[in-house]
Amino acid sequence: MTEFLAGLGTLLSGAIRIAIPICFGALACTICERGGIVNIGVEGMMLAGSFGGVLGSYLTGSAWVGLLFAILAGVLFAAIHAVLTIKYKTGHIISGLGINLLASGLTTVLLVSLWDNRGKSDAVASLGTINIPVLKDIPVLGDILSGHSPLFYILIVIGVVMWIVLYKTVFGLRVRVVGENPQTADSVGINVTAIQYICVLACGAIAGLGGAYLSIGDIGLFSRDMVAGRGYIAMAVTIFGGWNPIGAFGGSLLFGVAQSIQFRLQEVAPVQIIQMLPYILTILVLILVKNRPKGPAAAGKSFDREAG
Amino acid sequence: MEAIKKCGVYLRQKIKQLFTSKSFIVSAISLLLALIVSGIILAFSGYNPFTAYVNMFGGAFGDMSRVADTLGIATPLILCGTAVAIAMRGGAINIGAEGQLYVGAMAAALTGIFCQGLPAILHIPLCILAAAVAGGLWAGLAGYLKIKLKVNEVVLTIMLNYIAIYLTDYIVTYGVKAEGMVVKTPNVAESAILPALYPHSRLTIGFILAVIIVFVVRWMMKKTVFGLELQAIGNNLAAAETGGVNIGKQFLVTMFISGALAGLAGAVEVMGVHKYFIKGFSPGYGYDGLSIAVLGQNSPVGVLVSAILYGALRSGAQVMDRMTKIPSDFVGLMQALIIIFVATPGIIMAMRNFARRGKKNHD
Repeated sequence: MTEFLAGLGTLLSGAIRIAIPICFGALACTICERGGIVNIGVEGMMLAGSFGGVLGSYLTGSAWVGLLFAILAGVLFAAIHAVLTIKYKTGHIISGLGINLLASGLTTVLLVSLWDNRGKSDAVASLGTINIPVLKDIPVLGDILSGHSPLFYILIVIGVVMWIVLYKTVFGLRVRVVGENPQTADSVGINVTAIQYICVLACGAIAGLGGAYLSIGDIGLFSRDMVAGRGYIAMAVTIFGGWNPIGAFGGSLLFGVAQSIQFRLQEVAPVQIIQMLPYILTILVLILVKNRPKGPAAAGKSFDREAG
Repeated sequence: MEAIKKCGVYLRQKIKQLFTSKSFIVSAISLLLALIVSGIILAFSGYNPFTAYVNMFGGAFGDMSRVADTLGIATPLILCGTAVAIAMRGGAINIGAEGQLYVGAMAAALTGIFCQGLPAILHIPLCILAAAVAGGLWAGLAGYLKIKLKVNEVVLTIMLNYIAIYLTDYIVTYGVKAEGMVVKTPNVAESAILPALYPHSRLTIGFILAVIIVFVVRWMMKKTVFGLELQAIGNNLAAAETGGVNIGKQFLVTMFISGALAGLAGAVEVMGVHKYFIKGFSPGYGYDGLSIAVLGQNSPVGVLVSAILYGALRSGAQVMDRMTKIPSDFVGLMQALIIIFVATPGIIMAMRNFARRGKKNHD
């Protein structure tokens, strides 16, 4: 029994570690798409956050300053996406792809220019982990709640705040209306553009934090293209979670558990088949979950006041 | 004589039309802007942008063998770009070209290895056909799930990319691995190798095939009912449906053709460049296809020109990477800026208006 509990504890704690960056990405996508802007660029914003985190930590020696840099880097890339899609009405998918390419190219060029290394940066201070006294000794529960990066707790706060804002405040109602039908929102005097800018910039900040988890959350270095598709998985999780922060938590945790089990299965099945599982799982979930909630109706279309 | 003269006049007219068309001007200005902005970023990162560009240009067009390499790299890019463009015209976003390319490459390699004893004239088309069908079915799967079950095709094609890459890796590792440490298949039969157009380069008859396909697609879009229906869906789904177009079937066929073209790109890499399937052989040609389609504004000829440009960027970057300390990933940065500017004509308009206003103030 104790052995089983210990095994379960390690599994869940591993699953949470995998789920954290994906959940940041999914929350970022959620707020963005609720405001009507599709964001395939979350991958690039996360990568920018990863790099910003290491840069800040490298320059000042403090991982917390690094976190600030990560937020700024994410917001900067989000600002590009916002200006392109909201002001210039660029196609959302194309702009997002541009953001991803831009982040990948820029971080690699800066990586070589700063550390003269094509693969990874020097080691920098990381945020480390928090062990909660007493709680950490309880089996399973301790593994779930304790021994994580501080970003885990920040993630939970962000998720809860986002849920309250979206569903319990006037501002959240406005965001949802903008995502559903910007023309209606505009006709009742909601400032559509302002709301969309806020959503996209918030998305960038959250994605930046998710990137920072990968670079300075635990290990304390940046490696080339270290987000490695997590942003895309986050997009799928967003859809799976029904554009709801709680759903984003559930979806990323499911993905984390699948990935975490995969590490254990590696002795019994070929590694490639197991590596495929999370992606097959994502597709299956998207197919099988009946009555999937529909996304914000106007997501993906830039709002044009005259055209309305 | 008269005919040649007529031909010349016609060509000149066409070229003039191309260079003065609005989409060409937008693309050209975007390219220039991207060069300037990425030069500024290079300068801020502590490099000399002029050395970078000179090295890149030399690397892309320095001598015949570099030109051959440029066109050789452009070959899969032309096919992937056309694949994405045809899907976009038909209102589908195919981000899965990378996966379709891997599946096609594997099909070509298997056909090339296991069908022995055929003459090249049969073996080459057979391999190409296998690649096209495999890529087409892979994309068709995404298309089917989209129309039958309304699964978002963007997420779907991205997930299928990962699955294709791991699946082909599995096949090569456990099914047909050549001896040695490298994860690759044995060489394809001699009769399945695409003849080279320039010795010791990537340039093979695959390039000619790609160019022919571009013009076939162009003809198909302009002159066939299928092509017109495809564009009708892309332009206005509701109107096309009212007009009696079978949306589901059309969408499926569009995805199939798109995937088939991406599969072909995999075939020319396997049969022309490597002679075997090797794990991770594509440096992201499928994803490049997306930005090429954007730069070419989804027109087949535009894609052709853009793909050759991207081939030049990539082959130039290889040389720049060797000669300077700037990593070849810098090209990704340039590509990003190019597609952002092309997809946002508003920026160029705003600059023009700004310049005009500036002039007026001057008066």
